[in-house]
Amino acid sequence: MAVHPKEQRLILKYADEPGYTPHIDSYMEHGGYDMLKKAVTMEPQAIMDEVKKSTLRGRGGAGFPCGLKWSFVDRKSGKPIYLVCNCDESEPGTFKDRQIVHKDPHQLIEGIMISCFANNVAKAFIYIREEMPYGAKILDQAILEAKEKNFVGDNVLGSGYSCDIVVHRGAAAYICGEETGLIESLEGKRANPRIKPPYFPAVLGLYNCPTIVNNVETLCNAVHILDMGAEEFTKIGRPNNAGTRIWCVSGGVQRPGYYEVAGLTLGELVYDICGGPLPGRSIKAIIPGGSSMKILKNGERYKGKNPDGTDYNWGLEDIPLDYDGIAAAGSMSGSGGMMVLDDTVSIPAALANLMAFYSHESCGQCTPCREGSLWLKKITSRMVHGEARPEDVDLMLDVAGQIAGRTICAFGFAVAWPVQSYIAKFEDEFRKYAAHLSDPNADRQAIKELACNG
Amino acid sequence: MDLKPETLAEIEAAIPKYPEAQSAVMPLLHAIQKDQGAISNEAAEWVAEKLGIAPINVLSVVTFYPFFRQHKIGKRHIRVCRTLSCAMAGGAKVCDKMLQEFETELNAVSADGEVTIEFAECLASCGSAPVMLVDEDLHENLTVEKAKEICDKIKAEAKA
Ligand SMILES: Cc1cc2nc3c(=O)[nH]c(=O)nc-3n(C[C@H](O)[C@H](O)[C@H](O)COP(=O)(O)O)c2cc1C
Ligand code: SF4
Ligand code: FES
Repeated sequence: MAVHPKEQRLILKYADEPGYTPHIDSYMEHGGYDMLKKAVTMEPQAIMDEVKKSTLRGRGGAGFPCGLKWSFVDRKSGKPIYLVCNCDESEPGTFKDRQIVHKDPHQLIEGIMISCFANNVAKAFIYIREEMPYGAKILDQAILEAKEKNFVGDNVLGSGYSCDIVVHRGAAAYICGEETGLIESLEGKRANPRIKPPYFPAVLGLYNCPTIVNNVETLCNAVHILDMGAEEFTKIGRPNNAGTRIWCVSGGVQRPGYYEVAGLTLGELVYDICGGPLPGRSIKAIIPGGSSMKILKNGERYKGKNPDGTDYNWGLEDIPLDYDGIAAAGSMSGSGGMMVLDDTVSIPAALANLMAFYSHESCGQCTPCREGSLWLKKITSRMVHGEARPEDVDLMLDVAGQIAGRTICAFGFAVAWPVQSYIAKFEDEFRKYAAHLSDPNADRQAIKELACNG
Repeated sequence: MDLKPETLAEIEAAIPKYPEAQSAVMPLLHAIQKDQGAISNEAAEWVAEKLGIAPINVLSVVTFYPFFRQHKIGKRHIRVCRTLSCAMAGGAKVCDKMLQEFETELNAVSADGEVTIEFAECLASCGSAPVMLVDEDLHENLTVEKAKEICDKIKAEAKA
């Protein structure tokens, strides 16, 4: 993929260069593993301090500060500490970890090894979704190559430090992306998320040992933080949103794809980089950070007060493209999976599509989530199939309200937020469906195909 | 249990990778399903015995994860993404074309035993939607025409 001039590539700097391969030689010709060489001569605490100072936030979903997460690890228990790299990449709309793993796997291995050294981890796992079989093979091969060069395994680079990395394949269940579900899965069980407290991974994680779970992109950043230093790193992007982010754009734009940027607005990404909507169409709404995040409506004003007391008043395109910007607009940047819905998209049909996803993927252990997601699938489904009941919109809000905040894991919010936000922003469309007032000439076939739920 | 030597080798290599044997359940099931096409009760018991755990602990894993199956499917496993970005880009039409070409229904084994076509949830390739997996191969930017070409190729390979 061609790099757009507005991109600022750090993680994907070499990935798309002609001739660059996943082989260790390509990586090393570009300075690969120099930072691991540097790391093993440093004090682990100094690396942790640097990551903390970098203000790096997690790229997997919640945006939690990475250094702070590492500082919660229980180092007094005497138990081994594990690190798990989350490469489940299952949040609909997200396809960035795929690029790293397939095109530059050694960068991830180096990031994992630096993070493991800093945290005194002797065993790391990469949990990769089943649907990336080549990714798993590429990682296995990369680990072998790194072992041959003594970057992974016993006595890394003669430092006396040893650490192994194991690639573990999932089996097509979305909930394995949730960190405690992932841990259960890695223990050889159903991926039923654990209740927090007491099961905070930093204290009671894998095999009830302290465990760090980080996303692929987060771990790659460790390499660059060591390379440029925390201070330089914080200069990329806005304060509290340091570093680049790989945004994945899909749906109704001219140039869908992945773009690594910093300090832009949502409009610069969607219109300048992605070319805006298809000819003759307009953008109706944007789901900013993976399908679980609240929808942003085009044409709406996003208003509030900045931390410094000044006012902001944004159109959709003015929203700063980072954690705090999208949060200020009432949603979340999540996993960076941006889905663009143009004016041809029926919002109830889009919701029906996603409710089929969530009802299929609920792990089933909390009643509100298991039953509620199924109800929401059934209601949205009958809505788009022309069999809605007048009370359905209120019923959906009622059901969603009973899921949010009443479940073991955040999947509950992931089901409820789309329902609540789509109805809040596009209530008319839902009411029309419910009252059978939808345009009799509406393209029923297109609506069914968008819902795509059987 | 009649497992190929390479399957047994894969199994023996997987177990010591983990601090606790039960963690090897999924790698073992992957290896066996690849070898035998599905996970039989006999296989589940064999895995349980191998790892020193109860058969129910293996079966509970088999029944939880969509990828593990207890019944065989067609020779080629076709999974068309149905989630939003692919649906917006015409994934449903691609799926219909595949079903029509093989004269089969979703989740069934086609009459000639060649394929099983299923819907999959987001395959993490939404930027090149719509997409589908044919066994391990990802096909991107699909159209009805491309779907037809893929079907023709599968049919030709089946005859060869
Ligand atoms: C339902 C659900 C699905 C998730 N899926 C993923 C995923 O596919 N990949 C990922 O990295 N994080 C996912 N997360 C977030 C993880 O639980 C975890 O917070 C993250 O891996 C931590 O890494 P980070 O701090 O580096 O972002 C998911 C969370 C939830 C609640
Ligand atoms: S909220 Fe849903 S996915 Fe999460 S633990 Fe409960 S049932 Fe499982
Ligand atoms: S929606 Fe089909 S690959 Fe993501």
